[in-house]
Amino acid sequence: MIRLNTISWRFFKVWKRNLVTYQKIWKVSFITPLLEPMLFILAFGLGFSGMIDVVSYAGADFSYTQFMAPALIAVAVMYNAFFETTYASFVRMYYQKTFDGMLATPLSLEEIIIAEIVWSATKATAAAAIMMTVLGVLGFVDFPAGLMILPVALLGGLAFGAVGLFFTGVTPSIEMFNLPIFLFITPMFLFSGTFFPVSNLPAWARPLALAFPLHHLVEMVRGFGLGAHETSGLFSLVYLLIFSIVFTLAALAAMRRRLIK
Amino acid sequence: MENIIEVENLYKRFGKVTAVDGISFSVAKGEFFGLLGPNGAGKTTTIRTLYGFSPPSEGLIRIFGIDIQDGWRAVKARIGVCHQENTLDPDLSVMQNLHIFAGYFSVPPDEARDRAEELLDFFALSHKKRAKVAELSGGMARRLILARALINRPDLLILDEPTTGLDPQSRHQLWDKLDALKRSGLTVVITTHYMEEAAQLCDRLVIVDHGKILVEGSPESLIAEHAGRHVIEVEGPDESLRKFVADRDIAHEDLEQRLILYTSEDSSLNDTIREKFCMDKCTFRNGTLEDVFLRLTGRELRE
Repeated sequence: MIRLNTISWRFFKVWKRNLVTYQKIWKVSFITPLLEPMLFILAFGLGFSGMIDVVSYAGADFSYTQFMAPALIAVAVMYNAFFETTYASFVRMYYQKTFDGMLATPLSLEEIIIAEIVWSATKATAAAAIMMTVLGVLGFVDFPAGLMILPVALLGGLAFGAVGLFFTGVTPSIEMFNLPIFLFITPMFLFSGTFFPVSNLPAWARPLALAFPLHHLVEMVRGFGLGAHETSGLFSLVYLLIFSIVFTLAALAAMRRRLIK
Repeated sequence: MENIIEVENLYKRFGKVTAVDGISFSVAKGEFFGLLGPNGAGKTTTIRTLYGFSPPSEGLIRIFGIDIQDGWRAVKARIGVCHQENTLDPDLSVMQNLHIFAGYFSVPPDEARDRAEELLDFFALSHKKRAKVAELSGGMARRLILARALINRPDLLILDEPTTGLDPQSRHQLWDKLDALKRSGLTVVITTHYMEEAAQLCDRLVIVDHGKILVEGSPESLIAEHAGRHVIEVEGPDESLRKFVADRDIAHEDLEQRLILYTSEDSSLNDTIREKFCMDKCTFRNGTLEDVFLRLTGRELRE
C-alpha cells in the first residue's frame, strides 16, 4: 500500500539528520571522489594509450580518456546513491533502529523514505561536483555546459537511491545485497557505454544496454561534459524520470510492508 | 476526570496469531498506568498501537480525544516514547541527539537547545553533553532516551520496559526521575517485568496474558484481592500440612517442594502453622505484586 498523502516537507528534517551525521566524516568521504578520477585517468591514459588510438563515438573521434572521463562521474553517482540506500539505510533501519525512533515523532514512514532517497541523491551530487571539478581542471569537462552535470547527477542519484531503497525493503539480510550488486550493478557498470560505446556491442545486446538506467545517466553526463551522445537526451531524461518514480513508489510500498506491522 | 487514553475492543492479529485479543482500558489525566504481563502477552504490541506505530486490526484508540487513525500526526506531536531498544543515534553526540529529535517535532533550534540543557541537567547527563552515544553506559543511555522522549514537552509519556537490563543503582535513579515526573502531573503508561517497579510507580495497572486483560486495579487492591496480605512459604511440606490446608480451605499453591499459603491477617492461623508445620523452613512475608502476577499468569516458562 502506498500512501502519498502522508508526505510533507517534514522529510527535510530527516535529510538534515543525515547531513549532520555526514559532516562528521565528510573529510574522509571527499577523498574518494577527489582522487578516484585522477587514478582512473592516469591508469587508463598510461595503460591504454599505446593500444587504443581513438574511440569513434557519436560520429566523432575522441581519445580514450576523453571518452571515459564523463562515465566516471556517472558511475560515482550510481555507487554513491545505491550504497547509501542499501548498506547505510539498512544499518539505520535494522541495526541502529533510527527509523523506529523517528516513527515515534510526527514524521511519517513515507517522509523517512523520501528523505533517505533525496539524501542519497544529495550525496551522489556532492561526489559528482567534486569529480566534475577535478576532471574539469584536467581538461576533461567542457564548461559552462558541464555544469548541467549537477542536475543530471541529482536525477541519477534519485534513480539509484530509489532502486537501492527498494532492495533494502525486500532484502532478508544485509549480506543479501551481494545479489543485486552482482546481478544488477556490476553488469551495468560494465555494459552501459562506460568503457566502450554501446554501438560497439552486437545488435542483439544493444537494447539490453538501453534498458540500463546507468546507460542513460552516462549518456547525459557525456552529452553535457563532452558535447557528444549517442542516445537521445530527451529519451534518457524521460527514462530516468520514470525509473525514479517507479522505484520510489516500489520502495515506499516495500518499506511499509516491512516496517509497519 | 479527563481521559488521556481510551482503548475500546482492541484487536491485533499477525496472520493467524492474535497478539491482542479484545483489550479495553482508559487512562486518566495525571495517572501512572502500568501494563504488566509475561513475555509475549501483548504488552509491547498494545503500546505500539497507542503511539500509532502499528495499526490495530480492530477497535478504537482515542488519545487526547483524537482518533489515532486519522489524527496520528497531531497525537504523536504530544506523545513521548521511550522504546525498549536503544534507538539513539550512535553517530551523533548526546546534545545532537536531543537537538535533531527536537527538529522532528518542529521545536525551534534555540528553544530546543534550552530544553536539552534543562533535560540533561534533570537526568544528570550535563557532563556528557559532547560525548558520543556509544561512550555512554547502559544507565546513561536509558536516561538519554528518556530525556529525548521529553524534548517535545509531551502530555503523555509511553515507556516500554524502561529499566530492563539496568543495574540496581541505575534502576533506582531512574525510578526517582520517573517519580518526579509523576508528581509534576505527567500522564505515563509503562510496561515492565519488574513487579517492584510497577508496585512503586503505578497508580493503577492491568495484568495482561495471551492478549487479554486478566485483572485491573491499584497495586494495593490487587495484592489484597489476589495474594492476601500475608504469605507463608513452607519448604518441604508434609501430608499433614496439605490436609490441614485442604480442610481449612486456605488459598495456596503447591509446588511440591514448596507450599505457598496466601493468608489474611488472621494471626492465630499463622501461629498454628508456625508451631505445628514449620519443621524445615518457613518464610513469613507480606503479599506482593509478584505473588499476584505468578498466581494469575502461572509459573510455566513462556519462551
